[in-house]
Amino acid sequence: MGRPRGDNAMEKNLIRADRTALAPYTAWAALFIVVPLAFVAYYAFTDASFNFTFENISRFFTATTQTASEDGSVREIRTYIVIFMRSLKLAAISTAVCLVMGYPIAYIMARSDARVQKTLMTVIMIPMWMNFLIRTYAWITILQDTGLINRLLSAVGLSPVHIIGTQTAVVVGMVYDYLPYMILPLYSVMAKMDVKLLEAAQDLGCSGLGVLRRVIWPLSVPGVINGITMVLIPSISTFYISQKLGDGKFFLIGDAIEGQYTANNLHFAAAIAFILMILLLICMGVMRWLTDKKRGGLA
Amino acid sequence: MDKIIELKGITKSFGETRAIDDVSLDVYDNEFLTLLGPSGCGKTTLLRIIGGFEKPDEGDVIFMGRRINDVPAYKRNVNTVFQRYALFPHLNIFENIAFPLREKKLPESEIRERVDEMLGMVVLRGFEKRSVSSLSGGQQQRVAIARALIAQPRVLLLDEPLAALDLKLRKDMQGELKRIQKATGITFIFVTHDQEEALSMSDTVVVMSSGQIQQIGRPIDIYNEPKNAFVADFIGESNIIDGRMPKDFVCTINGRDFECLDGGFAPGEAVDVVIRPEDVDIVDPAAGQLTGVVSSVTFMGVHYEIIVDVAGFMWMIQTTDYVAEGQTIGICLEPDAIHVMKKSEFSGMFGDYSCFSDEYEEISDPELAAAAEEE
Repeated sequence: MGRPRGDNAMEKNLIRADRTALAPYTAWAALFIVVPLAFVAYYAFTDASFNFTFENISRFFTATTQTASEDGSVREIRTYIVIFMRSLKLAAISTAVCLVMGYPIAYIMARSDARVQKTLMTVIMIPMWMNFLIRTYAWITILQDTGLINRLLSAVGLSPVHIIGTQTAVVVGMVYDYLPYMILPLYSVMAKMDVKLLEAAQDLGCSGLGVLRRVIWPLSVPGVINGITMVLIPSISTFYISQKLGDGKFFLIGDAIEGQYTANNLHFAAAIAFILMILLLICMGVMRWLTDKKRGGLA
Repeated sequence: MDKIIELKGITKSFGETRAIDDVSLDVYDNEFLTLLGPSGCGKTTLLRIIGGFEKPDEGDVIFMGRRINDVPAYKRNVNTVFQRYALFPHLNIFENIAFPLREKKLPESEIRERVDEMLGMVVLRGFEKRSVSSLSGGQQQRVAIARALIAQPRVLLLDEPLAALDLKLRKDMQGELKRIQKATGITFIFVTHDQEEALSMSDTVVVMSSGQIQQIGRPIDIYNEPKNAFVADFIGESNIIDGRMPKDFVCTINGRDFECLDGGFAPGEAVDVVIRPEDVDIVDPAAGQLTGVVSSVTFMGVHYEIIVDVAGFMWMIQTTDYVAEGQTIGICLEPDAIHVMKKSEFSGMFGDYSCFSDEYEEISDPELAAAAEEE
């Protein structure tokens, strides 16, 4: 805007000063973020005696397992591809559930007065302060056949439901763990939304649903994309939830990495992690590209 | 002329604060009506009640003979130009203006035609594909007007639409709005705290203070015949002096009788006397009806604004003749320079220039003030 020219030089100096101040952080980030990643890549492309190899990578794509189909015939499946697709499916379901649950919560939060907002925020954050294992065990006691839900059901005279060890139980666990990561980015875009825009839409003939469809939703898309990224990525690579709540019936890619690692198969574990990372990077890239394309019309 | 909107005994409180206190008002078809008052006087709340964004606690809103208290905003044949325009940032200019037509699911060809017509009216053809953020404040303002008018409302509500614009642009937009109002024949209800804007644009001015209407009238009547000290002070500059009416058409100020044009008061009734700074004649002290000592002189361009101590009461006088500070001058008042008002709750609160403060120039919204400064 109408700034005097001299400010430009000053700004450059400031940026230079900022960079110097950032140096310790840059070093820290290099040491604790880049170096471990480099090690993962290094292990992924080497064998037990640290010779370069594609063996681990190709094993991920080619390893097969015999499995009995329902009709009794034996089929051969690509082990890790199937595990990956299963992880993707569960993660996608959990993300969708998080979005459907989180969107109205975020909206209500953003539109409440400051005190209610703070309370809701705390309520949403509290589970995050609790250990992940404890949370998962808590869900076992709630969901198991003799658990809280079934005792409540039988108390009111309804027949019990079998949840533990099903896909539903795994999804419940994932949704519980990752819901805050969906709500927070949604809440942050919605809180910034100008109430006047919603009033303007009403003024121009939109009913409640029209306002949601034509103004609130399009303006919240960046938050939706962020929320999906924040939930989808950790839930793809999640482990333990599936072991405990799924009774080990839903072996996920995170469990595979953990399994290979505990079996001291470090190189193959690294290879799975590496491939997962690349796939997630591609995922994120596509999302970023989609948002940018949407924003392109705005800039 | 037909009444298009009738407000009957509207009362609205927010918590403990009574924003609107038993307000009744008739708005006629095709008129340009302005709600004028300082911030917090309830003018915006009244507008939001008409728009359907607030429900009155008591009273009725009648639109073309029908009570519309319970009709939601989106079903009212009334559109609003919001204070900071409230344009949709995710839509381009074309889609912003087309917004209400898309809601009605009109055919594409009709939408194109009507948006183009609107763009022509607000002189923004060629901006269809532009984004909201690439437009200047004045251009955004015109988009907001086009968007509000395209649905062909019977009444357009404008909530301080010019407050965020700089002075020059504001003047241009005042003319523009007046032209659009005449061209469309739509009733405009305009909210402002700027008395000059109100006087120059309106057919009818409604002066409000603390949730109540103080006066309704044509701009010229509001200026020349203010009802009480609040109106006299808020509209233009006024010296408001304690006086008495010994009989009709005679008014006593500072112990001296003046001929005036007002009557109908009880004999000897105490009154407020309004004397506009431009109506005071400066003469030789010997020839003056009153005398005073000039305490300050400010050059204003067209005229000088001088503060004169007349027996301890500070008068503001606007004159094109130079007088020096400390000079003793004589003052003459023609009968039509004297306007007599009944005493009111506002008596003694306004109209003394001993501690000179300028007109209400505040902008009600601090963010708006910041925006205005940036532009």
